[in-house]
Amino acid sequence: MQTNLSKSFRNSSDGQEADSILRACVHCGFCLATCPTYQILGDELDSPRGRIYLMKQMLEGAVVTQKTLKHLDRCLTCRNCETTCPSGVQYGKLIDIGRKFAEQNVSRPLGQKLQRKALAKFLPQTKLFGSTLKLGRMAKPFLPDSLANKIPSVNTVQSHLATKHSRKMIALAGCVQPALAPQINAAATRVMDAIGINLITASNAGCCGAVSFHLNFQEDGLDAMRRNIDAWWPHIEAGAEAIVMTASGCGATVKEYGHYLKNDPAYAEKAARVSALTRDLSEVLLQEEATLRIWLANRGPKDTRRVSFHSPCTLQHGQKITGVVEALLTVAGHTLLPVSETNLCCGSAGTYSLLEPEISTQLRDRKLGHLNQSEPEVIATANIGCLTHLQSGTSTSVRHWVELL
Amino acid sequence: MISNEVIRRLQSILPPHCLLLVREDLKPFESDGLTAFRNTPDVVALPETEEQVRQVLAACRETGTPVVFRGAGTGVSGGALPVDGAVLLAMTKFNRILHIDPASRTARVQPGVRNLAISEAAAAYGLYYAPDPSSQIACTIGGNVAENSGGVHCLKYGLTVHNVLSIRVLTIEGEELVIGSEAMDSPGYDLSALMIGSEGMLAVTLEITVKLLPKPERTQVVLAAFDDVEKGGAAVGAIISGGILPAGLEMMDKLAIEAAEAYAHAGYPLDAEAILLVEVDGTQEEVSEDVMRVREVLLASGATEVRTARDEAEQKKFWAGRKAAFPAVGRLAPDYYCMDGTIPRKALPAVLRRIAELSVEYALPVANVFHAGDGNLHPLILYDANQPNAWQKAERLGADILELCVEHGGTITGEHGVGVEKINQMCVQFGSDELQAFHGVKACFDSDGLLNPGKAVPTLHRCAEYGAMHVPGGKLPFPELPRF
Repeated sequence: MQTNLSKSFRNSSDGQEADSILRACVHCGFCLATCPTYQILGDELDSPRGRIYLMKQMLEGAVVTQKTLKHLDRCLTCRNCETTCPSGVQYGKLIDIGRKFAEQNVSRPLGQKLQRKALAKFLPQTKLFGSTLKLGRMAKPFLPDSLANKIPSVNTVQSHLATKHSRKMIALAGCVQPALAPQINAAATRVMDAIGINLITASNAGCCGAVSFHLNFQEDGLDAMRRNIDAWWPHIEAGAEAIVMTASGCGATVKEYGHYLKNDPAYAEKAARVSALTRDLSEVLLQEEATLRIWLANRGPKDTRRVSFHSPCTLQHGQKITGVVEALLTVAGHTLLPVSETNLCCGSAGTYSLLEPEISTQLRDRKLGHLNQSEPEVIATANIGCLTHLQSGTSTSVRHWVELL
Repeated sequence: MISNEVIRRLQSILPPHCLLLVREDLKPFESDGLTAFRNTPDVVALPETEEQVRQVLAACRETGTPVVFRGAGTGVSGGALPVDGAVLLAMTKFNRILHIDPASRTARVQPGVRNLAISEAAAAYGLYYAPDPSSQIACTIGGNVAENSGGVHCLKYGLTVHNVLSIRVLTIEGEELVIGSEAMDSPGYDLSALMIGSEGMLAVTLEITVKLLPKPERTQVVLAAFDDVEKGGAAVGAIISGGILPAGLEMMDKLAIEAAEAYAHAGYPLDAEAILLVEVDGTQEEVSEDVMRVREVLLASGATEVRTARDEAEQKKFWAGRKAAFPAVGRLAPDYYCMDGTIPRKALPAVLRRIAELSVEYALPVANVFHAGDGNLHPLILYDANQPNAWQKAERLGADILELCVEHGGTITGEHGVGVEKINQMCVQFGSDELQAFHGVKACFDSDGLLNPGKAVPTLHRCAEYGAMHVPGGKLPFPELPRF
């Protein structure tokens, strides 16, 4: 596509990157077909191609207002369009640049500003989030349904004493997951132990950075990334084989640390190494499939279920991992049920469900319609955000897939 | 510019989120899939109900305001290019499948439904909608009706016109017409053939009833590689004259293979000069026999490799690469210009040779993708729009290719429509009497010429001007007309 970025911007690092991404777009419109917001709203401006155009004119120096900001905000960043795009447009990277630019050049209404700032500063703080969640649980009977539905009930964790293995991998605890669903990492630790690997947690690591970065507090996000790298580095030097992600949302972000920090001379190299070492839990188990099969065979069948799997966008589009979790669940003896529209987002998308509740709820209900079609006993997924969001709209139990192994 | 009165009337008809009025919102609608032609619309209407469409058209008729219709904006002839002073009316919010009748094998759908969504919904009944343009994932059925779109499978199953039973349309006069019926034939003139492919010049489509086909018992795809494009072209003729009617018969040359492979990882042979994809379908026995015959013909035509897809997944990959070939070419150059001409099958080798020569003369790479079976060529001219004059050069090369098609007894469009892109070549294709007859038909439906003005059928003056600039083979077209 023809571009004519403003001179001052074109010479910046963001400008060069944006220009090369924009030029790869040939305006074919294939992305409209798989964009969740376009499916619902039917407006070009709420499609990837429309947003690319809005960003292009903004970066070319046209007047930009809250209109552009609104359409960029409405993007779920699910990156389904990247999977669909035949010409390889890196939309996710472009919208990071576009959002940063728009945020700097358009003033938001005060209410929005405060809400976004509160989320960006509060959610990544694991301890604070945990105690607030406890308060929320106590107050649940008094809260309106819309809010109460978002608060999951307490999940008990069976303590598991792992054997000491020579093989070690680092696990990311994450920000909201330890409070919302501590059983996920516990299950991961149990399964990894069974196949001869210790999962270790670095005490200073926390939020992967996605929450604040995608709320356009990009510097805060980058700081979170640097902090995690510092926390993991000694373990990496001590021979940890991989950094294992149990939330695909964090995985998609950590795998891009190398990209996010490429202009930071102190961290660029380390960030690239961290990204290269990062694996989704399903990738690790696939790699260790032989050992996993032996363990499962020795253990004998565990209560097998009829399962509908929801593949998070950060798994299938962000990390391009497809069919792996499904295969692992089948190996473990579960029955995978057919689900349609598997490529579409459930509407969770990080803080999106709080910021764009209307679109988010429509997508959630559409997704749950497909997931519940064959009457599963359990809905499985691979990301904490999707898990709590889907659970808020259904009585069918929604679990992380590793809990079913 | 559009008058304030028109805007006031639109504001009284449409809620704010269905009406775009400021430049920031309007610019993204400045082109469809053909980005070389751009024009920012004055206003975009995104109606949600048929009543809103009716009222918008009434407002336009009463104020003499032109209207341009738009679907998903995937067209590649500029059919949805905005026109100055016009309302751009996008039908994308009409995206519901209204009814699928598995007994009569029909689907009734709104015009904004995606082509592929019909087949996806019909799959539950073992049925599908046959026409499958490359953009089928995104293009709307309303747009398919406007352009009479084809696709990979139209060789055996026909174009849109052969697969639509009836359409309900609204004219600019405010008259609602149902054209065609669910029966095979209807009394009176067959207006379906007139309406389908009329490029938004006659009416807006409100509802479409399409024919669904049962999925064949079995399909199989054979891939053949050639070390010479012309040998591939000759193999196409040999298959058809051998009495085989494949469901799809597609050809890609080296550049197109390279781009498509980079996207789809279909396993295409990258060292081949051309590949043919041949799909046969039918019963188990028919398919087994046809695959054998196709293999023999391909090998006899000099194929260096003949491969049969191992399973359904590989068949899908073979097609995924082909269907994404146009935009995948975006990996090789920032911009491409997609041509759409037809030629008699026997002329394929000669036309390919000449296209290769033209590519060298203009110093612009050309990737070739064709529906080889029905002689429909899609040469993709690669260029860089950021370079001065690159587009003008690409456009001239494109015009030469289209006129080459006409020279060989072909036509200037196979399935993409004329739009604005090929309007000059219409002057090469048709004489003034024919063009006048076209204008007469248009006047029956839209006497004020408000629907999609300046598209599809050129004025005689335009042809005279084009003829003065461009004299193919020393013969002046329309010699009877005065020159300007």
